Amino acid sequence: MRLNDEETAMLAGEMGEVAQTAIRHQIAVGEFFDARDFVPVTQAHIMADTESLGQAGVMWLERLCDAKDGRHLVRVPTITDPRGTDFSKADALGQSAWMLELERRAIDAFVKLGVTMTDTCVNYQTVLAATRGEHVAFGDTGVVIYSNSINGARSNFEGGPSALAAGLTGRTPRYAFHLDEYRRATLRVQVDFVPNGLDEWGALGGVIGRLAGNYWQVPVIEMGEVAPSSDQLKHFGAAMASFGSTALFHIVGVTPEAPTLGEVGGQRLPVRQCIGRSDIEALTRSYALEKTVDVVVFSAPQLSLYELRTLAELCDGRRFKVPLLAVTSPQVKPDADRFGFTERIEAAGGTVLSGMCFYQSYAREMAEAKGWKRLASNSAKLVNILGGYGYVPMLASMTACVDAAETGELQ
Amino acid sequence: MKELVLSARHAMGRKVEGHALVANDGLSARYDLNRLTGVFSRPAHKLVGQSYVGRILVLDTAKGGVASAWMLHEMQSRDMAPLAIVFNSVNTILVQGAALAGIPMLAGFDEDVTACVPHGAWVEVDPAVGTLRVLDPQGRASASASASDAESHGTQSNMSKVRFVERG
Repeated sequence: MRLNDEETAMLAGEMGEVAQTAIRHQIAVGEFFDARDFVPVTQAHIMADTESLGQAGVMWLERLCDAKDGRHLVRVPTITDPRGTDFSKADALGQSAWMLELERRAIDAFVKLGVTMTDTCVNYQTVLAATRGEHVAFGDTGVVIYSNSINGARSNFEGGPSALAAGLTGRTPRYAFHLDEYRRATLRVQVDFVPNGLDEWGALGGVIGRLAGNYWQVPVIEMGEVAPSSDQLKHFGAAMASFGSTALFHIVGVTPEAPTLGEVGGQRLPVRQCIGRSDIEALTRSYALEKTVDVVVFSAPQLSLYELRTLAELCDGRRFKVPLLAVTSPQVKPDADRFGFTERIEAAGGTVLSGMCFYQSYAREMAEAKGWKRLASNSAKLVNILGGYGYVPMLASMTACVDAAETGELQ
Repeated sequence: MKELVLSARHAMGRKVEGHALVANDGLSARYDLNRLTGVFSRPAHKLVGQSYVGRILVLDTAKGGVASAWMLHEMQSRDMAPLAIVFNSVNTILVQGAALAGIPMLAGFDEDVTACVPHGAWVEVDPAVGTLRVLDPQGRASASASASDAESHGTQSNMSKVRFVERG
C-alpha cells in the first residue's frame, strides 16, 4: 500500500505504539484486498460485545490502553455498538456475575481509549447520521448497510478490531465500498408488492439478502412508488445484511445514489427475480414451528422512539403470561421514560432494556438460565441469528407478538 | 496421480497443512458455530454436527455479522479455532478477524474451490504463493505430518485430539 508521510510515521512507531499496532493491522487487511492507499474517516463505530470479545479480546483491549508511552487515544469520534447487558436488568436476564465483570472491564478499557460509549446499533437514527460521500469505519452490519444505502455514506463492514484501528489511526484502507466501481448494482430484483409492518420489511430484506448471498453483491430493487420510513428501511437493511452479508443496496427512486435504474448501472442487468408476497410468506412460514411461546423479544435492531410508542399502545390493558423484552438505545430510553412508553410496557409485564442487544448478550446462556426456547419476534434479523443459539425462533408482526405475550401462543 | 493446485487471488498468514472440511455453504462464527464445543451448530448448515477445530475450512463465502472478527481471536486463544479458512469469496470481517487471530486465509479462485477439493482431503495452504494444494484426496496422511510446520501455534495440538468425521 502507498503510505503518506503521516502513515509512514505511524508505521515506524513515531505516533505511539498503539497507532503502530493499529496501522499494521490495517495494512494486513488492506493488502489482502489490494487497497492502493488509505482514506481518512470522520467516524468509527465499534462492535465489541463481550460474548464475542471473550476474555482474550478484553485482555487485548486492556493491553492497548496500558501502552507505556501513554499515547492510546482514538483520533476521530469513535462510538460503540450495543453492549452485552443492561446492568440494571441483568438479574431478569439470568446473566452471571462473570459476564458483568467482563463487561465492566471492556467498558473501562474503551473509556481509557477515548471511545464514546453510545452502545447503539441505530446511531444513524440517534447519534450522528453519516452523510452522502462521507467515508466512515462502521461496525455492525445493520449500521453499515443503512449508512451506505440510505445515507449514501461509504463504509465497509468493519469488525471490532478494524473499527477500533480506524478510530486510532483516523483512516481505513481504501477498498470495496469506498470505491465507486463497487457501488454499482450487480443484482436486479423487482418487488411486486409493498410490505406491511416491520416484520414484512425485514422478511423482504431477508429474501433479497439470501438471493444476493455475499458481501460483494449490490442489489438494485425496483418496487414502484414507495416511500418507506426510517424504521422500515432499518429492518429491511438489517435483515438483508444478516441473511446475505450484504453491505449496500439501492431502491430506485428512494435511495440517494439511485434516482434512476441507469444511475447505478441497473439497466444492463437482467431481472434476476420478481419477488412477491408469497416469497416473504414462505420465509416467515419457515420459522413458524411451534404454537406456544416462551419469550417475546423486540430487538436487533434497537427500537426507535416510535416503535416503542406503538408497542406501548399495544400493551395498554394487557397482562403478559410470558416475558416480553423490548430493547432500545441509551439515547432513546430516557425519552421513552419521559413520554411514559416504558411505564406502559412494563405495566403489562414487559421489560424495556437499554444499551444492549438480545443476541449480543449471551443469548445461549440466557436460554438455559431462563428456560427460553420458543421465541417470537418481529425482527427477521433476530430470528435468522437465533437458530444457531438453540432457539426455535418465530417471525410475526408486532401485534401478533404482543398477543403471544398475553396468551402464550402465537396465532 | 496429478496433484491438484488451486491459486487464490487473496491470501494472508503462514503455511499450514491439515484435513479439509469442505461444503458449498457459508460461514458465520456467530450464527453457525457452537464455539464452546467446537462444532457447526446451525441446523441448516451443511456441516452441522462436525468439528471445525484444527481443520482447514473450505467454504463458499463469509456470512453474517461483524462479531466474527473478535470471535476468531477468542477461539484461537482457547485452541478452538480452524487451522485455516479458504473461501470462494470472503467478506471484510473474516479477513480482519483472521488478521487479528493469525489464522491463514485464502480467497478468490477461478474455480469453485468447494467443488474441487474433496471433503476430508489432506491439503496445504500456502499464503506466500497463494495456493491450496491437495496432497492426499483421501485424507489419509498422518496427522503427525503437521508437526513439520515449524511456525505452528496452539491449534496444531488439536490435530491429534480431533478425529476426522465423514460427511453424511
